Amino acid sequence: MAQVAVTSEPLDVHALTREVARPKPDTSYADEDSVRLKPDTPSGGADGAIATFTGLVRDHNQGRQVRFLEYEAYVPLAVRALSLIVEEAQTAWPTVRLGIHHRIGRLDIGEASVIIAAASPHRADAFAACRYAIERVKQIVPIWKREHFEGGEVWLEGATADPDDEAAKQVAHRIACA
Amino acid sequence: MRVTVRLFARLRDLAGTGELTRDVPDASTVQMLWRSLTAEMPSLAEYERTMSVAVNAEYARMTAVVHDGDEVAFMPPVSGG
Repeated sequence: MAQVAVTSEPLDVHALTREVARPKPDTSYADEDSVRLKPDTPSGGADGAIATFTGLVRDHNQGRQVRFLEYEAYVPLAVRALSLIVEEAQTAWPTVRLGIHHRIGRLDIGEASVIIAAASPHRADAFAACRYAIERVKQIVPIWKREHFEGGEVWLEGATADPDDEAAKQVAHRIACA
Repeated sequence: MRVTVRLFARLRDLAGTGELTRDVPDASTVQMLWRSLTAEMPSLAEYERTMSVAVNAEYARMTAVVHDGDEVAFMPPVSGG
């Protein structure tokens, strides 16, 4: 399990949550036994919040009845772009630990296409970093979806990817902090 | 010298392939490579203003100089999420 990933396997938001949570409690003031985590405890105590986002394949888009989506990525660059988003978020919200996994290949209606988890001592930063991350995913990660709908199929195209575009970055930041 | 060209999504469909190799003169730029591709496949040209480019899986500019063995990617506007 890595903080960022582009994978054809189904996504697991609980696994990603465990990845970003701080599992090790501060043992400086107590013996280890007394602070050992329960198996299903997501965090060791330093986090006050974990915000998660799950993007799903919707059954309709622009008046079309969607049958399924096919995601394609330039994988090595997509992984780098996801890592860049994590770095940007940690610069903006230094206490946040962020994870982003994006799925590729054929996805049926209702399946998760992207999951994001942001752990932080405080909820405001967790929510903001999570929202910032999905906006940046849509701006700069080289992933494309081909929509198969009743009666045809079409490549969807959104933003021209440019990680150095400060205006786009500001837009994502404004949305995150709205 | 020889470079590998990667095309994605609709650019791949238009070209009929996602990967091809091309011989280019020394000190060629991404722009020069793009020009030769669109001369060969004019339908690609509609992406000139909206695409992104990468060299060896790093975002790059059209002015970047390419080297022997480089992988140059041309990418339509993205639609992840």
